[in-house]
Amino acid sequence: MAAGKAAFAVPVSTPGPKRHPLAGEARWAWLLLLPALLIIGLFSLLPTLGSFAISFTSWDLLGPPRWIGLANYTALLADPLFYKVVLNTLEFVALYVIIDIVCALGLALALNQQLRGIGLFRTAYFLPVVTSMVAVSIVWEWIYDPRYGALNVILGWCHLPAIHWLSDPHWALPSLVIVSVWKSLGYNVVLFLAGLQAIPTEYHEAAAVDGATGWLRFFRITLPLLGPTLLLVGILSTIRAFQTFDAVYMLTHGGPRRATTVVVYWLFQNAFTYFKLGKASALAYLLFTVLLFLTWLQWTLRKRWIHQEQVS
Amino acid sequence: MKRVFSYAALLLGALACAAPFALLILTSLMTYQQTIAYPPEWLPRPLTLENYYQAFTTSPLLRYFGNSVLVAAATVSGQLAAGAMAGFAFARLRFGGRSVLFFLILATMMVPVQVNLVPLFALVARFGWVDSYWALIVPDLAGAFGVFLFRQWFLNLPQELEDAARIDGCNPWQFFWRIALPTALPAIATLGIFQFLASWNTFMWPLIVTNSDAIRTLPVGLAAFRASMHETTNWPLLMAATSVAIVPAIFVFLALQRFFLRGLMEGAVKG
Repeated sequence: MAAGKAAFAVPVSTPGPKRHPLAGEARWAWLLLLPALLIIGLFSLLPTLGSFAISFTSWDLLGPPRWIGLANYTALLADPLFYKVVLNTLEFVALYVIIDIVCALGLALALNQQLRGIGLFRTAYFLPVVTSMVAVSIVWEWIYDPRYGALNVILGWCHLPAIHWLSDPHWALPSLVIVSVWKSLGYNVVLFLAGLQAIPTEYHEAAAVDGATGWLRFFRITLPLLGPTLLLVGILSTIRAFQTFDAVYMLTHGGPRRATTVVVYWLFQNAFTYFKLGKASALAYLLFTVLLFLTWLQWTLRKRWIHQEQVS
Repeated sequence: MKRVFSYAALLLGALACAAPFALLILTSLMTYQQTIAYPPEWLPRPLTLENYYQAFTTSPLLRYFGNSVLVAAATVSGQLAAGAMAGFAFARLRFGGRSVLFFLILATMMVPVQVNLVPLFALVARFGWVDSYWALIVPDLAGAFGVFLFRQWFLNLPQELEDAARIDGCNPWQFFWRIALPTALPAIATLGIFQFLASWNTFMWPLIVTNSDAIRTLPVGLAAFRASMHETTNWPLLMAATSVAIVPAIFVFLALQRFFLRGLMEGAVKG
């Protein structure tokens, strides 16, 4: 994360107090800020506050919202479906993050060998990242097709029974995980590669001279020094996984039997299918709290790590 | 030995990444009959472009495509203009409340879009913008990431440039427009490609605020096209439409790759 760190290490060059202001400086500043402030204030800040307020009301969008205090939150906690959704989400997040990190780290380690054609591989891994999830989902629905889909054809070659990927309640969630990992793998590979390239080669050379084997060097040198990157990638992936929606909407619609109803999909249904906007907003704020905690965790740990590196 | 192993892993990874794309293209060149042959066949025989012709003539694909181009062009321009101006003001001009405002803008980066969805929809409905381009474009004309990126860039401008501008008697706008902005081409490219891809691929918001083919962008249009085939799915036709939707994103990425990768590092904080 050399580049990212550099971007934050830049000192804020506040001009000294003695310098002459440019002509009409403050007035120009407000003029230049106006478009961004207007758009961000009206369409980002205001809705975030609004969402909080709406979460204490009962509202169907047609009539005026009615204040009901904490009733949305207590209703959520009393709803058995809420717990199912939370469990689905956690299962999705855990599977996604673990598989993504293991695969991405493996590929990044392989890429970090000063081999030829690194750029080409990196580009190939990145193609799914820049493709829309809707398009990706359509292609994977075809791959998952129980009768003609590529995956079951390959299983057939290996004399394995066909799997009803998207309609079997046991397989539906893992199927979504596979698509999501495939889509974002390249992103994490690039982040890991940047972290690996920041590790000085002298450490490895010294350890090799001392007779440390490849595995030993990986666990004693690479992994500890990769700590900050690992944490960053882990938390970013977790945040992304909590927000999963497109693939669920396209591939399973939350089914079969609610097996893939994750939190954002349920939020969407509550808001725009059942028109329970208060309940949807309460759900949104619970999600927000979790993600905010994760973001805060990332910032603090990151600051600590950077600080330690500068001290040492 | 180790190199062989690394190459094998890399090739396997690349194959796994590329195979679905290959399947997409191959299927789009097949006849419908061939896709339901058993055992399944991989290579199109006969090779046909009929599906692409059908996709453009029997579905509003061209309209979706045009809508996507329009929305992307508008939001990229807006994000660049608003982000560069605000980023410059935050980095180089002094005014009361600067840090508080910048903190507020940064704070919006921590809010996931799903949190804002309900009030944003209510707001846009109040403006009478549902199922119009306004709903797709206006809320996305500026963003915290753009402001942040440009502020970072302009903070790194050498002080001598500013001193020179001062001596020449530039007002802040002239300093911004004639001196600062021309140095910022890499930041412009980075934000441009980010916003283009974000706009081209975004799904949830357009799904909520559009309901007619005249306004739908490609992702919502594709989803509607897919949903319209519930009984028998014409996979080759669907694959042709899907290829059309992803090609521009891939081209833009290939052309501006290095800016994208750099922005990714800087924006990793945003997630």
